[in-house]
Amino acid sequence: MGLGGFFTGKLDEAIGWARKYSIFQYPFVTACCGMEYMATACSHYDVDRFGAGLPRFSPRQADVLFVVGTISHKLAPVLKRVYDQMCEPKWVVAFGVCTCTGGFYDNYATVMGIDTIIPVDVYIPGCPPRPESVIDGLMKLQEKIAAGAQRY
Amino acid sequence: MDGQAILLRLTSTFGPGIVETHDHHGDPTAVVERSAILEAFRFCRDDPDLRFNVLMDLTAVDYLKYPEREFGPRFEVVYHLYSLPHNHRLRLKVRVEEDDARAPSAVGLWPIANWFEREVWDMFGIRFDGHPDLRRLLMYEEFQGHPLRKDYPVTKRQPLIGPNN
Repeated sequence: MGLGGFFTGKLDEAIGWARKYSIFQYPFVTACCGMEYMATACSHYDVDRFGAGLPRFSPRQADVLFVVGTISHKLAPVLKRVYDQMCEPKWVVAFGVCTCTGGFYDNYATVMGIDTIIPVDVYIPGCPPRPESVIDGLMKLQEKIAAGAQRY
Repeated sequence: MDGQAILLRLTSTFGPGIVETHDHHGDPTAVVERSAILEAFRFCRDDPDLRFNVLMDLTAVDYLKYPEREFGPRFEVVYHLYSLPHNHRLRLKVRVEEDDARAPSAVGLWPIANWFEREVWDMFGIRFDGHPDLRRLLMYEEFQGHPLRKDYPVTKRQPLIGPNN
């Protein structure tokens, strides 16, 4: 910007840019995927690089719901309630194949994909997904956040 | 005591109360009459030579359509006992019919049996007489039926919320 110039841009873009680097996540960790989630969150892979290093253990303070691990029918109302308690704008990441589709648990106990209960923004398949996949999913979520896209 | 000696002690004490025994690879197992099982438990726990002070596991098996057992009792409740003082083990089984699916509760002898028996009731629908609080353990109260019974459809779902897929 030179003398007499002025900043052009859309407010939405600025907000989107700010939001995508301040992802406060709520980890809803129920199963073995939690190990891979921890590996991703720790220093070796370091999600703090993406501004997602601060998990909030209250849904009321969180922007992104990370659903990590198998969701059973008994737990489904709890997940729905946690999602309902989050303030907008909010996003949901389905972490691992169980949350995406139910995975190999084709039985009486398991929800066949959490998108039957709550809207999902990013699906990260894998059993469990490698940290690289998780970071890829996180970056896709950042793109989505920056574009102002939400599904709720 | 080795397996044979444990089984011998049981059969000599309870006689006809013991239906059959085997000691496959040093893995002693006794099938006990339902009417004798509580006495057998008490004997196993308190006898100075046995002293099975730990109930390691309590579960059940559904033998529906199992080859050569089509006409026998449908369920077997299985108890795995372990003795810390003597470092020996014993498996006890009780056979129960489908239309009289109940067994005496072991909660009075080993408190750990409380949740085990609730799980067996939840999964197999076998009742335990004398249990202080026989509710479902794993499934929710709204759930109909017992999912580990062989005649429960594998993919039959009973969701609390969401579609029935």
